[in-house]
Amino acid sequence: MTLQGLKNDKESTVIVGLLAAVSLIIPICNLLFPVDSMFHFSAYTVSLIGKYLTFALLALSLDLVWGYCGILALGQGAFFALGGYAMGMYLMRQIGSRGVYGDPVLPDFMVFLNWKELPWYWFGFDHFWFAMMMVVAVPGLLAYIFGWLAFRSRVTGVYLSIMTQALTYALMLAFFRNEMGFGGNNGLTDFKDILGFNLQSEAVRAILLMCSGGVLIAAFVGCRWLVNTKMGRVVTALRDQESRVRFLGYRVEMFKLWIFVCSAMLAGIAGALYVPQVGIINPSEFSPLNSLEIVMWVAVGGRGTLYGAILGAILVNFSKTVLTGLLPEIWLFTLGAMFILVTVLMPDGLAGLWLRVRRTQSSK
Amino acid sequence: MIPQRILLRTLMVLAIWVVPISVFSETVSAENVEDPESLTFSQALSGLQNSSLSQRGEALEQLSKLQHPRIILILQALLQGQLFQIRDDGRLVIAEKQKSGYQIQLAQTGEKLGNKESSQLKKLNLTNRLRSQLKVLISRLQLNSEDPSLRLKAVKTLSKRPDQQAYTLLRNLSQTETNHDVRQALQLTFALQDLKSADKSRRLQALESLKHLDSVDAMNQVKRLTDNDSDGSYLEPDDDVRKLAKSVLTKIESRRQFYSSIETIFFGLSLGAVLVLASIGLAITFGVMGVINMAHGELMMLGAYTTYVMQQIMPNHLGLSLLLSIPAAFLVSGLVGIAIERGIIRFLYGRPLETLLATFGVSLFLQQTVRSVFSPLNRSVSTPEWMSGSLQINDFLSFTWNRFYILVFCLLVFSLLLLILKRTRLGLEVRAVTQNRNMAKAMGIPTDRVDAMTFGLGSGIAGVAGVALSQITNVGPNLGQSYIVDCFMVVVFGGVGNLWGTLVAGFSLGIANKFLEPYAGAVLAKILVLVFIILFIQKRPRGLFPQKGRAAEA
Repeated sequence: MTLQGLKNDKESTVIVGLLAAVSLIIPICNLLFPVDSMFHFSAYTVSLIGKYLTFALLALSLDLVWGYCGILALGQGAFFALGGYAMGMYLMRQIGSRGVYGDPVLPDFMVFLNWKELPWYWFGFDHFWFAMMMVVAVPGLLAYIFGWLAFRSRVTGVYLSIMTQALTYALMLAFFRNEMGFGGNNGLTDFKDILGFNLQSEAVRAILLMCSGGVLIAAFVGCRWLVNTKMGRVVTALRDQESRVRFLGYRVEMFKLWIFVCSAMLAGIAGALYVPQVGIINPSEFSPLNSLEIVMWVAVGGRGTLYGAILGAILVNFSKTVLTGLLPEIWLFTLGAMFILVTVLMPDGLAGLWLRVRRTQSSK
Repeated sequence: MIPQRILLRTLMVLAIWVVPISVFSETVSAENVEDPESLTFSQALSGLQNSSLSQRGEALEQLSKLQHPRIILILQALLQGQLFQIRDDGRLVIAEKQKSGYQIQLAQTGEKLGNKESSQLKKLNLTNRLRSQLKVLISRLQLNSEDPSLRLKAVKTLSKRPDQQAYTLLRNLSQTETNHDVRQALQLTFALQDLKSADKSRRLQALESLKHLDSVDAMNQVKRLTDNDSDGSYLEPDDDVRKLAKSVLTKIESRRQFYSSIETIFFGLSLGAVLVLASIGLAITFGVMGVINMAHGELMMLGAYTTYVMQQIMPNHLGLSLLLSIPAAFLVSGLVGIAIERGIIRFLYGRPLETLLATFGVSLFLQQTVRSVFSPLNRSVSTPEWMSGSLQINDFLSFTWNRFYILVFCLLVFSLLLLILKRTRLGLEVRAVTQNRNMAKAMGIPTDRVDAMTFGLGSGIAGVAGVALSQITNVGPNLGQSYIVDCFMVVVFGGVGNLWGTLVAGFSLGIANKFLEPYAGAVLAKILVLVFIILFIQKRPRGLFPQKGRAAEA
């Protein structure tokens, strides 16, 4: 059935192919070829591409709610960061007694703050399976509670967007506090290994990249399938005519809630893949600006297409890397200009542009 | 020892004769020599130049006992390090520092002597002991001053270092004093003294009189009476006194709590005023036009930077530049706002989510522009004198002036805006377009122009809010960002399209924040308020004061 969905969709097939190629070739070349070979990709490139892939996953999760359900979520970064923190907590527990203070149980920042014992919410995070469960459970639960409250009382449109922004802002303020027990300002960092393998080693990084690519492809295919199910079609319908769908007898809020929770979980997974590759998670990931940037990726790529989100995330982040490297002042100008130009001139993003080109060609 | 004494005595004798003769002009000296009072005056003055500490102290004491109008001036100059000796002839002068050198006047007579280089003068230095002695002496002299505020200050200084002589002076003063504040200060001093007396009835009486006084000292002293010492026995031996002390303490404490809650309300109101100022501009653009302006915070930032630039243009007129900044900031932000509306937003009407993204792009743009032009560092905007400092009501209650002015300013801006919307043609048109855009258009209202003007008005007010913000926070490129979420919260909480709602919401959020702060800390208080609003919106999606009737259909 999945493949059936892909068959008539040329763009999606191309994207899946490209992603599979990138996530296989880059790590393999990095490992097989010696450093001076022209086919070798540096460790920096590997972690950079890995980062892009997790961002693409995050953008995909936003496209699910924004592109298909019409909810402009300005707090997607919150779910991403929560997933990241869950992973970070597992990685912190793996450090064991190798921290600066050498405490066998407490992470460094807790020793520094004179904490005597591990807070209850840190229990269980020394098991990988538990941490992975939390990576999806915590963002999912938060999205469930928030969405249940918001959709039930029919908070929509701009109000909803601002509420999601307030949510991530409140979380940012909360995680900045040392008393929260998540490392405060500095966040969680200095990770040593994952599942017993050294995080700094090239092989582990290559495998992480492959995982990110694999998860992204799976998520993409899954989302593709999801939006084509009957349920996905109801969601798309309520994006365009919410009251009509309600009058037809569908419980609109349940559909919205369901897609919102799915999207939050995906964002959480993206965060969990992101943290081991960059080696740090701190409260600035919760900042409203970050969440707005995610919206920009999707807007540039074109919402409501899924592959557009992936494309947008990778393109925008690539230009960000290039521009901040060359001319740091230019980046915010570019981002600002992108926001304005994309919304005013091409509301359907690059994907929309591409579809228009293809349509005019086929009509000739 | 002995030769030194002799030397000093000769110096004294010399001072009596030499100073008047050699120093003063003929006529003045003739008068001074004849007048014995002046003689001791100049004698004591020259004693100030003595090298021995104790003699200098004596000279001070002697000076303060003389009835001479210039003494208080001289003592104050000495305290402030403005009393100098001319190196050539040893005359004592009061010197004020000028751009180059000092402008000097003769200490004894106040005769102007023109300017001198600092190398020609020798400063009379003070030790800490002399300085505290000097303060007491000045206060004693000031007890007889005409100005009640000076008397009050003197009473306060004297009661800090109580000695027998000071008490006699204070008792004398209390016979004649008529000013209420000074009388209270005196009463407090005596009561605190009586608390230490061995006589039980005096202690009881003192407690009775302390009951009505709002003073930190009184509270601490009374508290001491109810405390135990390290052995666990009471510091105050008598049961009655202790009982009374306890009841007095609870009285003072409850008054202090009352005052502190008044203060909290004031802080809350002033925080609310900032929120209201920052959000009414948004309430117009967001509420009246249905447009989400994410660049609103940056328009405030532009207002704050306008204040900074105005201050750079005229650095010597702080107050004036601040007042001129208000219209200037209104213009700058208003014009930028109109440009945003004409250039971007008008293509996006009816697509609120897109407006949000586009204006966010504008906000990034403005931020980076400011960063490139003014540097990413914070700029300091100075506060004019009439806005700094605070109004001290009593020991437990004081209001800072800048917060007070912002509160007043906020109410002014709000009423002005209300007036514009209710009483002018623009306001009428704005309301018409808000209620029904198409109908208004059909009636001949130029909706395009109204949109631009409304947006300009909202943005201009954001600029004016920026002027106020520049007085209480750092002016930097991130100024706007830190307020934008709060602004949205206020508007949404108050109910979109309702200026009164914004006012009530701003003030109530401000007060709630300040009341939570002592229990939860500043950050947690903010988080709690945010969570409260998120939950509140679920319950009442249209805010505190939802629009009713025809306006609600829009």
